[in-house]
Amino acid sequence: MKQHEFEAEHRALWQRIDAALQQPAKDDNAQLLAEQYLGLCQQLAIAKERMYDSALVEQLNNRVLDLYRELYRYRAESRFNFYAFVKRDFPLAIYRHRYFVLVAFLLLVVPGLVAGTWTYFDDEAIYSVLDSSQVRQMERIYDPEARKIGREREADTDIFMFGFYIKNNIGIAFRCFAGGLLLGVGTLFVLLFNGIFMGSIAGHLTRLDYVDTFYPFVIGHGSFELTAIVFSGAAGLRLGYAILHPGQLSRLDGLRQAGREVVPMLYGIVLMLTIAAVLEAFWSSSSSLPIAVKYTVGALLWGLVLLYSFSGSRHESR
Amino acid sequence: MLDTRYRVEIPGGIHLEAQVVGPVARAFALAIDTVIGAILIFLLTLAAIPLNFGGMGGGLFLLMLFVIEWLYPVLFEVLARGQTPGKKMLGIAVVNDDLSPVTLGTSLVRNLLRTVDFLPLFYLAGLVTMLSNRRFQRLGDLAAGTLVVSISKSARPAAMDDIPPLAPAIALSRGEQTAIVDFLQRSSQLSQPRQQELAAILEGITHEAGEDGVERLHRNGAWYLGMR
Repeated sequence: MKQHEFEAEHRALWQRIDAALQQPAKDDNAQLLAEQYLGLCQQLAIAKERMYDSALVEQLNNRVLDLYRELYRYRAESRFNFYAFVKRDFPLAIYRHRYFVLVAFLLLVVPGLVAGTWTYFDDEAIYSVLDSSQVRQMERIYDPEARKIGREREADTDIFMFGFYIKNNIGIAFRCFAGGLLLGVGTLFVLLFNGIFMGSIAGHLTRLDYVDTFYPFVIGHGSFELTAIVFSGAAGLRLGYAILHPGQLSRLDGLRQAGREVVPMLYGIVLMLTIAAVLEAFWSSSSSLPIAVKYTVGALLWGLVLLYSFSGSRHESR
Repeated sequence: MLDTRYRVEIPGGIHLEAQVVGPVARAFALAIDTVIGAILIFLLTLAAIPLNFGGMGGGLFLLMLFVIEWLYPVLFEVLARGQTPGKKMLGIAVVNDDLSPVTLGTSLVRNLLRTVDFLPLFYLAGLVTMLSNRRFQRLGDLAAGTLVVSISKSARPAAMDDIPPLAPAIALSRGEQTAIVDFLQRSSQLSQPRQQELAAILEGITHEAGEDGVERLHRNGAWYLGMR
Protein backbone atom coordinates (compact mmCIF):
# COMPACT_ATOMS: atom_id res chain seq x y z
CA MET A 1 0.00 0.00 0.00
CA LYS A 2 1.33 3.40 -0.89
CA GLN A 3 1.48 6.14 1.70
CA HIS A 4 -1.21 8.17 0.00
CA GLU A 5 -3.77 5.36 0.30
CA PHE A 6 -2.64 4.56 3.84
CA GLU A 7 -3.22 8.12 4.92
CA ALA A 8 -6.57 8.30 3.12
CA GLU A 9 -7.70 5.11 4.87
CA HIS A 10 -6.86 6.31 8.38
CA ARG A 11 -7.27 10.07 8.11
CA ALA A 12 -10.79 10.15 9.55
CA LEU A 13 -9.77 8.04 12.56
CA TRP A 14 -6.72 10.21 13.25
CA GLN A 15 -8.85 13.34 13.20
CA ARG A 16 -11.26 11.77 15.68
CA ILE A 17 -8.37 10.79 17.95
CA ASP A 18 -6.87 14.29 17.76
CA ALA A 19 -10.25 15.79 18.62
CA ALA A 20 -10.70 13.36 21.51
CA LEU A 21 -7.25 14.23 22.86
CA GLN A 22 -8.36 17.87 23.15
CA GLN A 23 -11.04 16.90 25.68
CA PRO A 24 -10.00 13.49 26.94
CA ALA A 25 -12.04 13.67 30.14
CA LYS A 26 -15.36 13.10 28.37
CA ASP A 27 -16.60 9.50 28.63
CA ASP A 28 -16.97 8.63 24.95
CA ASN A 29 -13.62 10.28 24.22
CA ALA A 30 -11.91 8.18 26.88
CA GLN A 31 -13.47 5.06 25.40
CA LEU A 32 -12.34 5.95 21.87
CA LEU A 33 -8.79 6.60 23.05
CA ALA A 34 -8.60 3.35 25.00
CA GLU A 35 -9.97 1.36 22.05
CA GLN A 36 -7.78 2.94 19.43
CA TYR A 37 -4.48 2.90 21.33
CA LEU A 38 -3.23 -0.46 20.08
CA GLY A 39 -4.49 0.22 16.58
CA LEU A 40 -2.59 3.49 16.50
CA CYS A 41 0.57 1.75 17.74
CA GLN A 42 0.21 -0.72 14.89
CA GLN A 43 -0.24 2.06 12.34
CA LEU A 44 2.95 3.69 13.60
CA ALA A 45 4.79 0.38 13.33
CA ILE A 46 3.51 -0.11 9.76
CA ALA A 47 4.47 3.42 8.76
CA LYS A 48 7.99 2.86 10.07
CA GLU A 49 8.34 -0.58 8.50
CA ARG A 50 7.20 0.63 5.08
CA MET A 51 9.45 3.65 5.42
CA TYR A 52 6.74 6.17 4.77
CA ASP A 53 8.09 9.67 4.87
CA SER A 54 9.52 10.92 8.14
CA ALA A 55 6.96 13.71 8.58
CA LEU A 56 4.16 11.13 8.69
CA VAL A 57 6.12 8.86 11.04
CA GLU A 58 6.85 11.79 13.33
CA GLN A 59 3.23 12.87 13.30
CA LEU A 60 2.06 9.36 14.19
CA ASN A 61 4.77 9.06 16.84
CA ASN A 62 3.63 12.30 18.49
CA ARG A 63 0.02 11.18 18.36
CA VAL A 64 0.89 7.88 20.08
CA LEU A 65 3.00 9.78 22.62
CA ASP A 66 0.07 12.07 23.48
CA LEU A 67 -2.29 9.13 23.75
CA TYR A 68 0.19 7.15 25.84
CA ARG A 69 0.67 10.07 28.23
CA GLU A 70 -3.09 10.42 28.48
CA LEU A 71 -3.67 6.72 29.22
CA TYR A 72 -1.01 6.55 31.93
CA ARG A 73 -2.00 9.84 33.48
CA TYR A 74 -4.74 8.12 35.43
CA ARG A 75 -2.25 5.71 36.92
CA ALA A 76 -0.05 8.62 37.97
CA GLU A 77 -2.88 10.53 39.62
CA SER A 78 -4.85 7.84 41.40
CA ARG A 79 -2.06 5.86 42.95
CA PHE A 80 -1.63 7.38 46.37
CA ASN A 81 -3.55 5.43 49.00
CA PHE A 82 -3.20 7.25 52.31
CA TYR A 83 -4.47 4.42 54.50
CA ALA A 84 -2.18 1.81 52.93
CA PHE A 85 0.67 4.28 53.14
CA VAL A 86 0.30 4.91 56.87
CA LYS A 87 -0.46 1.30 57.72
CA ARG A 88 2.10 -0.47 55.58
CA ASP A 89 4.25 1.47 53.11
CA PHE A 90 5.89 3.94 55.47
CA PRO A 91 6.79 1.48 58.27
CA LEU A 92 8.02 -0.95 55.63
CA ALA A 93 10.23 1.73 54.08
CA ILE A 94 11.63 2.51 57.56
CA TYR A 95 12.31 -1.18 58.11
CA ARG A 96 14.06 -1.55 54.77
CA HIS A 97 16.22 1.49 55.53
CA ARG A 98 16.88 0.37 59.12
CA TYR A 99 20.67 0.48 58.90
CA PHE A 100 20.56 3.97 57.44
CA VAL A 101 18.11 4.97 60.17
CA LEU A 102 20.50 3.63 62.79
CA VAL A 103 23.49 5.51 61.34
CA ALA A 104 21.47 8.73 61.00
CA PHE A 105 20.26 8.32 64.59
CA LEU A 106 23.83 7.95 65.86
CA LEU A 107 25.01 10.91 63.77
CA LEU A 108 22.36 13.10 65.38
CA VAL A 109 22.39 11.81 68.94
CA VAL A 110 26.07 11.12 69.71
CA PRO A 111 27.31 14.64 68.87
CA GLY A 112 24.22 15.96 70.65
CA LEU A 113 25.07 14.10 73.85
CA VAL A 114 28.73 15.11 73.67
CA ALA A 115 27.83 18.78 73.11
CA GLY A 116 25.17 18.59 75.83
CA THR A 117 27.58 17.15 78.37
CA TRP A 118 30.13 19.79 77.50
CA THR A 119 27.73 22.73 77.88
CA TYR A 120 26.36 21.19 81.08
CA PHE A 121 29.76 21.22 82.76
CA ASP A 122 31.29 24.26 81.13
CA ASP A 123 29.51 27.61 81.38
CA GLU A 124 31.43 29.10 78.46
CA ALA A 125 30.89 26.21 76.08
CA ILE A 126 27.50 27.36 74.78
CA TYR A 127 29.17 30.44 73.26
CA SER A 128 31.15 28.20 70.90
CA VAL A 129 27.87 27.12 69.32
CA LEU A 130 25.58 30.16 69.58
CA ASP A 131 26.41 33.84 69.68
CA SER A 132 25.64 35.76 72.84
CA SER A 133 22.41 37.37 71.62
CA GLN A 134 21.01 33.94 70.72
CA VAL A 135 22.00 32.62 74.15
CA ARG A 136 20.31 35.57 75.88
CA GLN A 137 17.16 35.05 73.83
CA MET A 138 17.15 31.33 74.62
CA GLU A 139 17.60 31.99 78.32
CA ARG A 140 14.80 34.57 78.32
CA ILE A 141 12.34 32.18 76.66
CA TYR A 142 12.89 29.39 79.17
CA ASP A 143 13.51 31.47 82.30
CA PRO A 144 11.06 30.09 84.93
CA GLU A 145 10.81 33.55 86.57
CA ALA A 146 9.68 35.12 83.31
CA ARG A 147 7.16 32.35 82.80
CA LYS A 148 5.29 33.15 85.96
CA ILE A 149 4.60 36.73 84.95
CA GLY A 150 4.08 35.91 81.28
CA ARG A 151 0.54 35.08 80.31
CA GLU A 152 -0.82 32.33 78.10
CA ARG A 153 0.09 32.86 74.46
CA GLU A 154 -2.72 33.91 72.20
CA ALA A 155 -4.17 31.57 69.58
CA ASP A 156 -3.14 34.00 66.87
CA THR A 157 0.52 33.60 67.79
CA ASP A 158 0.12 29.83 67.71
CA ILE A 159 -0.90 29.98 64.06
CA PHE A 160 2.11 32.15 63.25
CA MET A 161 4.38 29.64 64.96
CA PHE A 162 2.71 26.78 63.07
CA GLY A 163 3.60 28.39 59.74
CA PHE A 164 7.09 29.05 61.01
CA TYR A 165 7.65 25.48 62.14
CA ILE A 166 6.36 24.05 58.85
CA LYS A 167 8.62 26.26 56.76
CA ASN A 168 11.65 25.92 58.97
CA ASN A 169 11.55 22.26 60.00
CA ILE A 170 10.38 20.68 56.76
CA GLY A 171 12.92 22.86 54.96
CA ILE A 172 15.68 21.47 57.18
CA ALA A 173 14.50 17.90 56.58
CA PHE A 174 14.35 18.42 52.81
CA ARG A 175 17.86 19.88 52.76
CA CYS A 176 19.07 17.05 54.95
CA PHE A 177 17.71 14.58 52.38
CA ALA A 178 18.99 16.47 49.33
CA GLY A 179 22.47 16.75 50.85
CA GLY A 180 22.73 12.98 50.50
CA LEU A 181 23.34 13.44 46.80
CA LEU A 182 26.70 15.02 47.66
CA LEU A 183 27.99 11.53 48.50
CA GLY A 184 26.16 11.80 51.82
CA VAL A 185 28.30 14.70 53.02
CA GLY A 186 25.47 17.23 53.05
CA THR A 187 23.28 14.93 55.13
CA LEU A 188 26.16 14.27 57.50
CA PHE A 189 26.64 17.99 57.98
CA VAL A 190 22.96 18.73 58.65
CA LEU A 191 22.68 15.88 61.17
CA LEU A 192 25.88 16.78 63.03
CA PHE A 193 25.03 20.48 63.07
CA ASN A 194 21.50 19.97 64.38
CA GLY A 195 22.65 17.37 66.91
CA ILE A 196 25.27 19.72 68.32
CA PHE A 197 22.89 22.70 68.22
CA MET A 198 20.05 21.01 70.07
CA GLY A 199 22.32 19.11 72.44
CA SER A 200 24.24 22.15 73.57
CA ILE A 201 21.06 24.15 74.20
CA ALA A 202 19.61 21.30 76.24
CA GLY A 203 22.85 20.97 78.24
CA HIS A 204 23.09 24.69 78.88
CA LEU A 205 19.46 25.07 79.99
CA THR A 206 19.80 22.03 82.26
CA ARG A 207 22.87 23.64 83.79
CA LEU A 208 20.82 26.77 84.51
CA ASP A 209 18.16 24.51 86.04
CA TYR A 210 15.49 25.64 83.58
CA VAL A 211 14.40 21.99 83.53
CA ASP A 212 10.72 22.55 84.28
CA THR A 213 10.23 25.01 81.44
CA PHE A 214 12.42 23.44 78.75
CA TYR A 215 11.71 19.70 78.87
CA PRO A 216 7.91 19.85 79.17
CA PHE A 217 7.97 22.09 76.11
CA VAL A 218 10.11 19.89 73.88
CA ILE A 219 9.07 16.39 74.92
CA GLY A 220 5.72 16.37 73.08
CA HIS A 221 6.59 17.46 69.57
CA GLY A 222 10.15 16.15 69.89
CA SER A 223 8.83 12.64 69.38
CA PHE A 224 7.68 13.35 65.83
CA GLU A 225 10.24 16.03 65.01
CA LEU A 226 13.48 14.32 66.00
CA THR A 227 12.37 10.99 64.56
CA ALA A 228 11.46 12.64 61.25
CA ILE A 229 14.85 14.37 61.10
CA VAL A 230 16.50 10.98 61.63
CA PHE A 231 14.39 9.55 58.80
CA SER A 232 15.31 12.39 56.46
CA GLY A 233 18.94 11.70 57.32
CA ALA A 234 18.41 8.02 56.53
CA ALA A 235 16.88 8.88 53.15
CA GLY A 236 19.80 11.19 52.36
CA LEU A 237 22.38 8.61 53.40
CA ARG A 238 20.61 6.05 51.20
CA LEU A 239 21.19 8.31 48.18
CA GLY A 240 24.83 8.88 49.04
CA TYR A 241 25.42 5.19 49.66
CA ALA A 242 23.85 4.30 46.30
CA ILE A 243 26.51 6.40 44.57
CA LEU A 244 29.41 5.29 46.75
CA HIS A 245 28.54 1.60 46.81
CA PRO A 246 26.08 0.67 44.07
CA GLY A 247 26.75 -3.07 44.35
CA GLN A 248 25.70 -4.97 41.24
CA LEU A 249 24.21 -1.90 39.58
CA SER A 250 25.88 0.94 37.75
CA ARG A 251 26.14 4.09 39.85
CA LEU A 252 23.44 5.76 37.76
CA ASP A 253 21.05 2.82 38.07
CA GLY A 254 21.84 2.56 41.76
CA LEU A 255 21.01 6.22 42.28
CA ARG A 256 17.79 5.87 40.31
CA GLN A 257 16.74 2.86 42.36
CA ALA A 258 17.53 4.68 45.61
CA GLY A 259 15.51 7.65 44.34
CA ARG A 260 12.49 5.39 43.90
CA GLU A 261 12.90 3.60 47.21
CA VAL A 262 13.12 6.69 49.42
CA VAL A 263 9.84 8.18 48.15
CA PRO A 264 7.69 6.71 51.01
CA MET A 265 10.25 8.09 53.47
CA LEU A 266 9.77 11.58 52.00
CA TYR A 267 5.98 11.41 52.27
CA GLY A 268 6.36 10.14 55.84
CA ILE A 269 8.75 12.94 56.78
CA VAL A 270 6.30 15.58 55.56
CA LEU A 271 3.45 13.90 57.45
CA MET A 272 5.42 13.56 60.70
CA LEU A 273 6.78 17.11 60.61
CA THR A 274 3.29 18.48 59.97
CA ILE A 275 2.06 16.64 63.06
CA ALA A 276 5.10 17.92 64.95
CA ALA A 277 4.35 21.51 63.88
CA VAL A 278 0.74 21.19 65.07
CA LEU A 279 1.93 19.82 68.42
CA GLU A 280 4.67 22.40 68.81
CA ALA A 281 2.45 25.35 67.96
CA PHE A 282 -0.75 24.36 69.76
CA TRP A 283 0.19 21.86 72.46
CA SER A 284 3.80 22.32 73.57
CA SER A 285 3.43 26.08 73.84
CA SER A 286 0.59 25.93 76.34
CA SER A 287 1.95 26.96 79.75
CA SER A 288 -1.25 26.50 81.76
CA LEU A 289 -1.16 22.72 81.74
CA PRO A 290 0.52 20.95 84.67
CA ILE A 291 4.00 19.66 83.97
CA ALA A 292 2.96 16.11 84.84
CA VAL A 293 0.36 16.13 82.05
CA LYS A 294 2.96 17.32 79.56
CA TYR A 295 5.40 14.60 80.55
CA THR A 296 2.72 11.91 80.46
CA VAL A 297 1.42 12.91 77.04
CA GLY A 298 4.99 13.34 75.79
CA ALA A 299 5.93 9.86 76.94
CA LEU A 300 2.82 8.42 75.30
CA LEU A 301 3.67 10.17 72.02
CA TRP A 302 7.22 8.86 72.13
CA GLY A 303 5.92 5.35 72.77
CA LEU A 304 3.51 5.68 69.86
CA VAL A 305 6.14 6.96 67.44
CA LEU A 306 8.67 4.30 68.42
CA LEU A 307 6.15 1.46 68.25
CA TYR A 308 5.04 2.68 64.85
CA SER A 309 8.60 3.08 63.59
CA PHE A 310 9.44 -0.48 64.55
CA SER A 311 6.25 -1.97 63.09
CA GLY A 312 7.55 -2.38 59.55
CA SER A 313 9.20 -5.80 59.72
CA ARG A 314 5.93 -7.72 59.71
CA HIS A 315 5.02 -6.27 56.32
CA GLU A 316 8.22 -7.55 54.73
CA SER A 317 7.51 -10.51 52.48
CA ARG A 318 9.79 -13.44 53.09
CA MET B 1 26.59 11.10 17.78
CA LEU B 2 24.83 14.35 18.47
CA ASP B 3 21.23 13.28 18.61
CA THR B 4 18.58 14.45 21.05
CA ARG B 5 16.16 11.68 20.19
CA TYR B 6 15.22 9.42 23.07
CA ARG B 7 13.73 6.02 22.25
CA VAL B 8 11.80 3.76 24.55
CA GLU B 9 9.79 0.60 23.99
CA ILE B 10 6.27 1.04 25.33
CA PRO B 11 3.65 -1.64 26.16
CA GLY B 12 2.02 -1.00 22.78
CA GLY B 13 4.86 -3.06 21.37
CA ILE B 14 6.56 -0.23 19.51
CA HIS B 15 9.44 2.14 19.97
CA LEU B 16 8.29 5.61 20.82
CA GLU B 17 10.55 8.58 20.24
CA ALA B 18 10.75 11.90 22.00
CA GLN B 19 13.11 14.86 21.75
CA VAL B 20 14.93 15.53 25.01
CA VAL B 21 15.31 19.21 25.83
CA GLY B 22 18.62 20.91 26.49
CA PRO B 23 19.71 23.50 29.04
CA VAL B 24 18.68 26.63 27.13
CA ALA B 25 14.94 25.93 26.87
CA ARG B 26 14.93 24.60 30.42
CA ALA B 27 16.70 27.70 31.71
CA PHE B 28 14.04 29.89 30.05
CA ALA B 29 11.27 27.79 31.60
CA LEU B 30 12.99 28.05 34.98
CA ALA B 31 13.34 31.81 34.64
CA ILE B 32 9.62 32.16 33.87
CA ASP B 33 8.71 29.98 36.85
CA THR B 34 11.05 31.96 39.10
CA VAL B 35 9.39 35.21 38.04
CA ILE B 36 5.92 33.73 38.63
CA GLY B 37 7.03 32.51 42.07
CA ALA B 38 8.41 35.96 42.90
CA ILE B 39 5.15 37.62 41.80
CA LEU B 40 3.16 35.18 43.95
CA ILE B 41 5.34 35.96 46.97
CA PHE B 42 4.97 39.70 46.30
CA LEU B 43 1.17 39.41 46.11
CA LEU B 44 1.18 37.31 49.28
CA THR B 45 3.19 39.93 51.07
CA LEU B 46 0.69 42.60 50.02
CA ALA B 47 -2.18 40.41 51.21
CA ALA B 48 -0.47 39.74 54.54
CA ILE B 49 0.21 43.40 55.40
CA PRO B 50 -3.33 44.30 56.57
CA LEU B 51 -3.41 41.11 58.64
CA ASN B 52 -1.51 40.87 61.88
CA PHE B 53 1.90 39.73 60.70
CA GLY B 54 2.89 38.31 64.06
CA GLY B 55 -0.27 36.25 64.10
CA MET B 56 -2.52 34.44 61.70
CA GLY B 57 -1.54 36.43 58.60
CA GLY B 58 2.14 35.81 59.22
CA GLY B 59 1.53 32.12 59.84
CA LEU B 60 -0.35 31.66 56.58
CA PHE B 61 2.29 33.75 54.81
CA LEU B 62 5.08 31.46 56.00
CA LEU B 63 3.02 28.40 55.08
CA MET B 64 2.49 29.70 51.55
CA LEU B 65 6.15 30.66 51.31
CA PHE B 66 7.03 27.07 52.12
CA VAL B 67 4.63 25.78 49.45
CA ILE B 68 6.00 28.14 46.78
CA GLU B 69 9.61 27.45 47.72
CA TRP B 70 9.41 23.65 47.73
CA LEU B 71 6.15 22.42 46.22
CA TYR B 72 5.32 24.83 43.35
CA PRO B 73 6.95 22.65 40.68
CA VAL B 74 5.67 19.42 42.24
CA LEU B 75 2.06 20.59 42.26
CA PHE B 76 2.16 21.72 38.65
CA GLU B 77 4.07 18.73 37.35
CA VAL B 78 1.68 16.25 38.94
CA LEU B 79 -1.58 18.09 38.28
CA ALA B 80 -0.78 19.68 34.89
CA ARG B 81 0.77 16.72 33.10
CA GLY B 82 4.41 17.43 33.75
CA GLN B 83 4.22 21.13 32.95
CA THR B 84 4.89 24.09 35.19
CA PRO B 85 3.68 27.36 33.64
CA GLY B 86 7.21 28.04 32.40
CA LYS B 87 7.51 24.62 30.80
CA LYS B 88 4.09 25.01 29.23
CA MET B 89 5.16 28.24 27.53
CA LEU B 90 8.25 26.52 26.16
CA GLY B 91 6.30 23.46 25.01
CA ILE B 92 8.28 21.07 27.19
CA ALA B 93 7.23 18.59 29.89
CA VAL B 94 8.72 16.37 32.56
CA VAL B 95 8.16 12.65 32.01
CA ASN B 96 9.33 9.46 33.67
CA ASP B 97 12.06 7.72 31.70
CA ASP B 98 9.49 5.39 30.14
CA LEU B 99 7.84 8.56 28.76
CA SER B 100 4.79 8.11 31.01
CA PRO B 101 3.56 11.19 32.91
CA VAL B 102 5.60 12.10 35.97
CA THR B 103 4.17 10.77 39.25
CA LEU B 104 4.01 12.43 42.67
CA GLY B 105 6.96 10.42 44.00
CA THR B 106 9.32 11.02 41.10
CA SER B 107 8.35 14.70 40.88
CA LEU B 108 8.99 15.15 44.61
CA VAL B 109 12.45 13.56 44.40
CA ARG B 110 13.57 15.58 41.37
CA ASN B 111 12.35 18.85 42.87
CA LEU B 112 13.73 18.35 46.38
CA LEU B 113 17.12 17.59 44.85
CA ARG B 114 16.92 20.93 43.02
CA THR B 115 18.80 22.41 46.01
CA VAL B 116 21.82 20.28 45.08
CA ASP B 117 21.56 21.08 41.38
CA PHE B 118 21.65 24.75 42.32
CA LEU B 119 25.06 24.40 44.01
CA PRO B 120 27.47 26.09 44.12
CA LEU B 121 25.59 28.93 42.41
CA PHE B 122 22.97 29.35 39.69
CA TYR B 123 22.48 25.67 38.90
CA LEU B 124 26.11 25.06 37.99
CA ALA B 125 26.06 21.47 39.26
CA GLY B 126 22.83 20.82 37.37
CA LEU B 127 24.21 22.34 34.19
CA VAL B 128 27.44 20.34 34.30
CA THR B 129 25.48 17.14 34.95
CA MET B 130 23.07 17.89 32.10
CA LEU B 131 25.91 18.42 29.67
CA SER B 132 27.63 15.20 30.69
CA ASN B 133 24.85 12.80 29.79
CA ARG B 134 22.97 12.17 26.58
CA ARG B 135 19.53 12.79 28.03
CA PHE B 136 20.24 16.24 29.49
CA GLN B 137 19.30 15.03 32.96
CA ARG B 138 20.27 17.13 35.95
CA LEU B 139 21.14 15.43 39.25
CA GLY B 140 17.53 15.44 40.42
CA ASP B 141 16.44 13.85 37.14
CA LEU B 142 19.06 11.14 37.47
CA ALA B 143 17.91 10.21 40.97
CA ALA B 144 14.21 10.40 40.13
CA GLY B 145 14.48 8.70 36.75
CA THR B 146 12.86 11.58 34.88
CA LEU B 147 13.67 13.62 31.80
CA VAL B 148 12.37 16.71 30.08
CA VAL B 149 11.04 16.24 26.56
CA SER B 150 9.61 18.51 23.92
CA ILE B 151 5.93 18.07 23.28
CA SER B 152 5.42 20.95 20.91
CA LYS B 153 4.12 19.80 17.57
CA SER B 154 6.09 20.45 14.44
CA ALA B 155 3.62 21.40 11.76
CA ARG B 156 3.39 18.79 9.04
CA PRO B 157 3.63 20.14 5.51
CA ALA B 158 0.31 20.33 3.73
CA ALA B 159 -0.57 17.63 1.24
CA MET B 160 0.79 18.41 -2.19
CA ASP B 161 -1.93 17.19 -4.49
CA ASP B 162 -1.09 19.58 -7.29
CA ILE B 163 2.15 17.86 -8.28
CA PRO B 164 1.72 15.46 -11.20
CA PRO B 165 3.39 12.20 -10.16
CA LEU B 166 6.03 10.69 -12.40
CA ALA B 167 7.53 7.20 -12.21
CA PRO B 168 11.29 7.39 -11.56
CA ALA B 169 13.65 6.22 -14.29
CA ILE B 170 15.32 3.51 -12.21
CA ALA B 171 14.32 1.42 -9.18
CA LEU B 172 15.51 2.87 -5.86
CA SER B 173 15.89 1.26 -2.46
CA ARG B 174 13.45 2.04 0.37
CA GLY B 175 15.86 4.40 2.07
CA GLU B 176 16.50 6.29 -1.15
CA GLN B 177 12.76 6.54 -1.80
CA THR B 178 12.22 8.01 1.68
CA ALA B 179 14.99 10.53 1.05
CA ILE B 180 13.27 11.74 -2.11
CA VAL B 181 9.89 11.96 -0.37
CA ASP B 182 11.47 13.90 2.50
CA PHE B 183 13.01 16.24 -0.07
CA LEU B 184 9.52 16.94 -1.40
CA GLN B 185 8.01 17.38 2.07
CA ARG B 186 10.70 19.83 3.15
CA SER B 187 10.78 21.79 -0.09
CA SER B 188 8.80 24.63 1.47
CA GLN B 189 11.54 25.12 4.07
CA LEU B 190 14.42 25.14 1.57
CA SER B 191 15.37 27.99 -0.73
CA GLN B 192 15.22 27.36 -4.47
CA PRO B 193 19.03 27.61 -4.94
CA ARG B 194 19.60 25.12 -2.13
CA GLN B 195 17.05 22.75 -3.65
CA GLN B 196 18.81 23.01 -7.00
CA GLU B 197 22.12 22.35 -5.32
CA LEU B 198 20.72 19.17 -3.71
CA ALA B 199 19.02 18.08 -6.92
CA ALA B 200 22.30 18.51 -8.80
CA ILE B 201 23.74 15.60 -6.78
CA LEU B 202 21.31 13.33 -8.62
CA GLU B 203 21.88 14.85 -12.04
CA GLY B 204 23.48 11.61 -13.22
CA ILE B 205 20.15 9.84 -12.70
CA THR B 206 17.58 12.51 -13.49
CA HIS B 207 19.55 13.94 -16.41
CA GLU B 208 18.09 17.32 -15.66
CA ALA B 209 19.64 20.32 -14.00
CA GLY B 210 18.43 23.47 -12.29
CA GLU B 211 14.73 23.99 -11.77
CA ASP B 212 13.86 21.05 -14.01
CA GLY B 213 15.92 18.70 -11.82
CA VAL B 214 14.11 19.93 -8.71
CA GLU B 215 10.71 19.54 -10.36
CA ARG B 216 11.49 16.01 -11.50
CA LEU B 217 12.50 14.99 -7.96
CA HIS B 218 9.28 16.50 -6.61
CA ARG B 219 7.26 14.53 -9.14
CA ASN B 220 9.15 11.34 -8.26
CA GLY B 221 8.41 12.03 -4.61
CA ALA B 222 4.70 12.42 -5.35
CA TRP B 223 4.80 9.11 -7.18
CA TYR B 224 6.42 7.35 -4.22
CA LEU B 225 3.75 8.81 -1.95
CA GLY B 226 1.26 6.89 -4.06
CA MET B 227 -0.46 9.74 -5.88
CA ARG B 228 -1.77 8.78 -9.26
